[in-house]
Amino acid sequence: MSKQVLLIEDEPNIIEAISFILSRDGWTVKTHSNGSDAFDMVKERKPDVVILDVMLPGKSGYDILRELRDDPEVNGMPVLMLTARGQTKDREIAERAGCDAFMTKPFSNAEVLETVRALALK
Amino acid sequence: MAGLKQSELAKLAEISPSYLNLIEHNRRRIGGKLLVDIAHALGVEPGSLTEGAETTLLATLREAASGTEMSEAEFVRVEEFAGRFPGWAALLADNQRKVETLQRSVEALTDRLTHDPHLAASLHEMLSTVTAIRSAASILAEPGDIEPEWQRRFNRNIYEDSARLADTSRSLAQYLEEADSEASETNAPQDELDGVFQKSGFHLPALETSEGDVDTVTSELGKGVSQSARWLLHRALTRYRADAEWMPLGDCADTVAATGSDPFAFAARFGCDLASAMRRLAHLPSEILPEPVGLAICDGSGVTTFRKPLPEFPLPRLGAGCALWPLYRALARPMMPQVEVMEQSARTAARHRGYAISQPTSPARPGEDVLFESHMLIVQEPKRDHPEPIRQVGLTCRICPHPACEARREPSIMVASVPRKL
Repeated sequence: MSKQVLLIEDEPNIIEAISFILSRDGWTVKTHSNGSDAFDMVKERKPDVVILDVMLPGKSGYDILRELRDDPEVNGMPVLMLTARGQTKDREIAERAGCDAFMTKPFSNAEVLETVRALALK
Repeated sequence: MAGLKQSELAKLAEISPSYLNLIEHNRRRIGGKLLVDIAHALGVEPGSLTEGAETTLLATLREAASGTEMSEAEFVRVEEFAGRFPGWAALLADNQRKVETLQRSVEALTDRLTHDPHLAASLHEMLSTVTAIRSAASILAEPGDIEPEWQRRFNRNIYEDSARLADTSRSLAQYLEEADSEASETNAPQDELDGVFQKSGFHLPALETSEGDVDTVTSELGKGVSQSARWLLHRALTRYRADAEWMPLGDCADTVAATGSDPFAFAARFGCDLASAMRRLAHLPSEILPEPVGLAICDGSGVTTFRKPLPEFPLPRLGAGCALWPLYRALARPMMPQVEVMEQSARTAARHRGYAISQPTSPARPGEDVLFESHMLIVQEPKRDHPEPIRQVGLTCRICPHPACEARREPSIMVASVPRKL
């Protein structure tokens, strides 16, 4: 059975591109684009890797990550954070909230693929 | 001048003849009590012995040295430096002020990059679009077959996203261009307000009569300043006009003649609150009040909202002053007047009497907290034996030599016991 990625991102064309490259690599990709119920979606799907954008409608990616880390059922799940700002401050917030990997836009497809593969092995 | 020997003059002024010698040869600066004492001994006006404003100059020079590794031995020669090379000293002080202004501009710009919601949103939008374009383009560019349907879809996405990117970057460029034309707003508006009052003097005849119109005077005085500064100016002038209406100039002259610059007497005579009396005194012309008085107003956060410094009681241009000033102490005891004789800890320390009170900024409303602001009137105090205690205060911590001060919030470069290198 192929491994599953949950992509939480609100930019439709980014969703389409990332879904395409990950599917081509053999992943099952589920997508979600709303922050407010993203946490429930993670609990429901239980994916192998979560890709989480910081700027989401409804709730910020940082808050969603904190909720994940506080929930014993899903707190070990590997999370890759995406952000449009590359300041050290953002990286710090993300790391303190407990992300496993951090990537700033604009990233390359190869980077995403490589990181998701590495996270799945954890 | 008065036929006094140097040694006799030194004795009258309670200093050593060698120190007097240094002063005479401009190797030590002179001010405050010493100046008054020597002038008195010589029977001349203190102003004739000095060009004044030394305290501010020295404070600025010390500020300039404070960020450096200058040795104590060199640092204590600041007065000698200012005395021997007045032109160079003034130039250095002027440069120090320019550096401070530039630093503030940089801070304001950094603030804007971090906190400007429009800028942040535009950048986010652009980066997201670029990411989408990059992803789709590299899928198309990579070797390997892609189904025609996917090809079409990614081509269309790139086309749409590039159009969006063009729009966003155009509006961002326009926004930055507009922001650039308001560059003067990166100066602290409070600083611009100070500049307006320094330039026009603190007395404004146009607001003294009942025809005085705040809007007209604001637009006249506020030429060339930023919109924020004009807003502050309008607020200050509105208060000025209200105070002037309540305390007409002629009555003020009579009151000063009777009771001098005592704000309590002013408040009693006009039946007004103490803060209004203080403001009125600070805005009186020199014909009525020969000895100028200083005024500082701060809000509940301690930020200075109005500054009228005295030559020997400078008020810091940036940040707050000394926490020991009655101005700040009054904030902890609202409506209780604080009166204190202060000595700024400098060698030629002048004495000043500070009258401070913290008052509500708005009328009381049911169920609502009131905000307080504090006023401090600064009046020169003759140096003689005082029955009252004299409080040693500073200007700002960095250049204050007061050892073991509990209010210290920053190490001083003038106290040897505090390690300078941390």
